[in-house]
Amino acid sequence: MTSAHVALKSVSKRFPASAGGQAVHALGPIDLSIREGEFFAVVGPSGCGKSTLLELIAGLTPASEGRIEFEGRAIGNEIPDGIGVVFQEDASFPWLSVRENVEFGLRKAALAPDEKSRRVHDAIAMMGLGEFSRSYPVQLSGGMRQRVCIARTLVAKPRLLLLDEPFGALDQQTRLLMGDEVLRLWREIGATVFLITHALDEAAMLADRIAVMSARPGTVIDMVETNWPRDRDSRIVEREEFGAITSRLWKTLREESMKTMGRMGAAA
Amino acid sequence: MRRVRIYQISVIAGLVLLLEALCLAGVIDKITMPPPHRIAIDFVKLLLAGKLYREIGKSLANVLLAFALAYSIGIVTGTVLHGYKTARETLDPLFATYYAIPVFAFYPLFIVIFGLGDGPQVLIGFLLGVVAVIVTTLNGLDRVPGVLRKTASICRMGAFETAMHVTLPFCAPYLLTAAKLALAYAFIGVIGSEFIMARSGMGYEIGYAYTNFDNATMYPLILLILLLSIVMNGVLTHWEKVLLARRGQR
Repeated sequence: MTSAHVALKSVSKRFPASAGGQAVHALGPIDLSIREGEFFAVVGPSGCGKSTLLELIAGLTPASEGRIEFEGRAIGNEIPDGIGVVFQEDASFPWLSVRENVEFGLRKAALAPDEKSRRVHDAIAMMGLGEFSRSYPVQLSGGMRQRVCIARTLVAKPRLLLLDEPFGALDQQTRLLMGDEVLRLWREIGATVFLITHALDEAAMLADRIAVMSARPGTVIDMVETNWPRDRDSRIVEREEFGAITSRLWKTLREESMKTMGRMGAAA
Repeated sequence: MRRVRIYQISVIAGLVLLLEALCLAGVIDKITMPPPHRIAIDFVKLLLAGKLYREIGKSLANVLLAFALAYSIGIVTGTVLHGYKTARETLDPLFATYYAIPVFAFYPLFIVIFGLGDGPQVLIGFLLGVVAVIVTTLNGLDRVPGVLRKTASICRMGAFETAMHVTLPFCAPYLLTAAKLALAYAFIGVIGSEFIMARSGMGYEIGYAYTNFDNATMYPLILLILLLSIVMNGVLTHWEKVLLARRGQR
């Protein structure tokens, strides 16, 4: 965990004025250096540009200013190879079975059919979906559908895994268990993980480092090192340091969240 | 058999029996309409005689051609228009008022341009169906969740690949609805055109039989058109139900 796997240099994002509206300075300037193999989380108040930051790194939207690099190469207009994204919303394809959904992740992979089949089988097994491989998403629970999306992302063996509030739609118990799953997968695949979340406990439990963002336009106002061992799980919430980390995150975020609420109140 | 299906069959059987009773009682006179059992007998005789096979084949070929053109061009146009907001907004008023235009009024003009062959009939069937397909395709594409498009982008798929493997499969139930509309309009356009101004086809034969009081030909042909459109529509509806059930929408 030494070299910068992802680097953001003075990155800003502005959205042009839409009909009757004003231009929005959504994000930045942001400077970030995410280490290879690191589990990095970002927390911030609603509307601070967390998801925009993820889309910038994924290459889904271009930066207005600054430079973003992945493995030393600038992210331009093309989605870089080696990046996988799991979104908060259900992104499973309802017309495809679980197996076909996972296979979809290998559409562009130049692999022999045997290797593709093995990878799909492994990804399905890794996510505990073996007995549901012929089921359709509608036959699965929300948590299982999210597992399908994670399997579809992992099957391509991404070197950078971007998670945009992937457990936002799940209940608390399922979220904790999914958190354990993500930690296990992170150790197994060795990818760098970039997690966007609004849940402070989730960030404190999962990440090696947590960036705290300000209210819009979002900038990084605090960086918290958790110093957790790599071999960890959800039982880490029982530790004393866990409380100290979440307290520090909340202390920094409280004022920013109030700014956001004040802005919303003024708008109303 | 589901209870609803039993009700549906009972309603149809009841209406046929009522018609039979009204015809046999003389409430509806024989010249206006023969009783349903007579139509059924004439229908079998007509099919066994085989003298109208050429007309039936010609009409069906034109219906299928009009349907295929309206469906394929409609889907491609709808998909392309979905990507161009300005073009779509420009054409929206035309789509909204399109079915107020009596397309049949242009039939003589089409004959002048294309002659008395099959061209004008196929064109009418196509023109009636194509806009319904475009509008239904746009409607389906509007409902594709943004996250599926983002997933396609992350999988590094281009616009064509995204349309073929993500957006169009997502709106498959809408495309089946579009197919049902295109098929219905193709039947209306082609048979209607043959009825007005043609020298062959099922529509022409119905018109010819009508002017000659030939109920033994007219009603069986009407029944044949009815059965064909019901069967084709039924197949599409079945697939629509299968797709919707797979998505938990029915």
